[in-house]
Amino acid sequence: MTIDDLIENFEFLDGWEDKYRYIIELGEKMPPFPDNLKTDEWKVRGCQSQVWLVPSKEGEKISFRGDSDAMIVKGLIAIVLMIYNNKSPSEIKAVAVEDIFAKLGLEEHLSPSRRNGLISMTEKIKQYAEIL
Amino acid sequence: MYDVEEVRKDFPVLGLEINGKPNTFLDSAASAQKPKAVLDKMMDIYCREYSNVHRGSYLLSEEITTEYEHARQKVQKFLNADKAEEIIFTRNATESINLVASTWGRKFLSNKDEVLISEAEHHANLVPWQQLRDEIGFTLKIFKIGDDGSFIWEDFTKELNDKTKLVAVTGMSNVLGTVFPVKEIISAAHAKGAKVLVDACQSVVHQKTDVKDLDCDFLAFSGHKTYGPTGVGVLYGKTELLQAMPPYQFGGDMVDVVTYQKATFDVPPAKFEAGTPAIVQAIGLGEALEYMMHLGLDNIKAHEDELVKYMHSRLPEVQGLHEIGTAEGKGGVFSIVMDGIHPQDLAFVLDKEGVAVRVGHHCAAPLVHRMGYESLTRASLGLYSNHADIDRFIQALKKAREFF
Repeated sequence: MTIDDLIENFEFLDGWEDKYRYIIELGEKMPPFPDNLKTDEWKVRGCQSQVWLVPSKEGEKISFRGDSDAMIVKGLIAIVLMIYNNKSPSEIKAVAVEDIFAKLGLEEHLSPSRRNGLISMTEKIKQYAEIL
Repeated sequence: MYDVEEVRKDFPVLGLEINGKPNTFLDSAASAQKPKAVLDKMMDIYCREYSNVHRGSYLLSEEITTEYEHARQKVQKFLNADKAEEIIFTRNATESINLVASTWGRKFLSNKDEVLISEAEHHANLVPWQQLRDEIGFTLKIFKIGDDGSFIWEDFTKELNDKTKLVAVTGMSNVLGTVFPVKEIISAAHAKGAKVLVDACQSVVHQKTDVKDLDCDFLAFSGHKTYGPTGVGVLYGKTELLQAMPPYQFGGDMVDVVTYQKATFDVPPAKFEAGTPAIVQAIGLGEALEYMMHLGLDNIKAHEDELVKYMHSRLPEVQGLHEIGTAEGKGGVFSIVMDGIHPQDLAFVLDKEGVAVRVGHHCAAPLVHRMGYESLTRASLGLYSNHADIDRFIQALKKAREFF
């Protein structure tokens, strides 16, 4: 599924319950995150829940695996990875994640006061794009 | 008792809709809402009386100085202190405790002494003592509480000895709701020659506090939790202690005679209020305390005790819910966990349902860890909380149970 498919699917969902059930499902469908990577090294800081992010590179393209112990955040991570995965560093830099989240009606989760880690996560993704 | 529905009309924020739902505000332990009387008073001061205090030779300055000192007298009355001079305005309770640590503590504590605090302290009554310990080298002792959050007399007295110079305890835990027997603690500490500081942030809001009856040496609380504005707090200190302590900060309004090379200092409370204080906030705080005294602290306590009972009758309806902190006689603070639901997920659903609670370690991380958790969801009551708040909270918890 592409992020455009997701934006389209979201338009058919009424009320926060259906929408977040769907988001939680996206999290559950992510490939399992290995327990041995749940270490401080891969932890994203500044979150009320625990969030992990691990990058990998194939050719020019960077991808990420991620996880959280909170279900909604895990679903949101699935969306973030849908946005960023399999992109080159310059493509990653060009992503307007705020605009995409706004289209999804999820902009509240990128508010700095939420402290759910999504902002720290997108920052981290951009950092990896610089150094990988 | 008072008519809570009438009281709620005094608090504009309670009438808001949140996410299309009635505002179920259950985070008063973090910061309480303000009655219109406080807001009007502050607005009125800015519109009609504002100028600096203790300086002017003109009418407005005289008037506002009178108001500011009148606010001090209201705090004195609220705490039943001997003299208004025993009341120092600070920024908040955190500053009040830091003031004691850096003035009284630095002067009167040595590396042979012990400072005794409980496991249930807020960071504000823990970290200042750790920092001062690192500087001076005294021993920081922590007395244990029960697994249900209860105060255990033997665990306290076990750590209290002739070396104890200061006991710094909370009047009521902001996480567990446990009400500490402060009067007995003070009397036992005094028998060993120790001074006592009470972190009364949570306790002053829910019950009558009488510093003369308690015989405490220092007592700290925040304005914003007592239905007053942010930016102002209170330190009560016994006169002879305040006189013996060095000043906290230096500058205007706290000096007596100043030359280019030297200064002598004013007497308390001015000695501890360097610079222009939070004038309008202090006056607002006075108004807030007046509001509470008008309702009656005993009435507030009776109202909240009834709600605690009601909450306890409803919480068991929610499957897999555990209350952390169930000490006898606890106040209106309910930290909960729900099996299989992350606190952040829980708070998300509660927010969508218009229920405001706090999630996390509640500025008492060691305590939350000691109780066996990383993070807790906390609902807390205020004088304006009602049965409908609790009904909507329980409904939202059930919804979360269904959702995850």
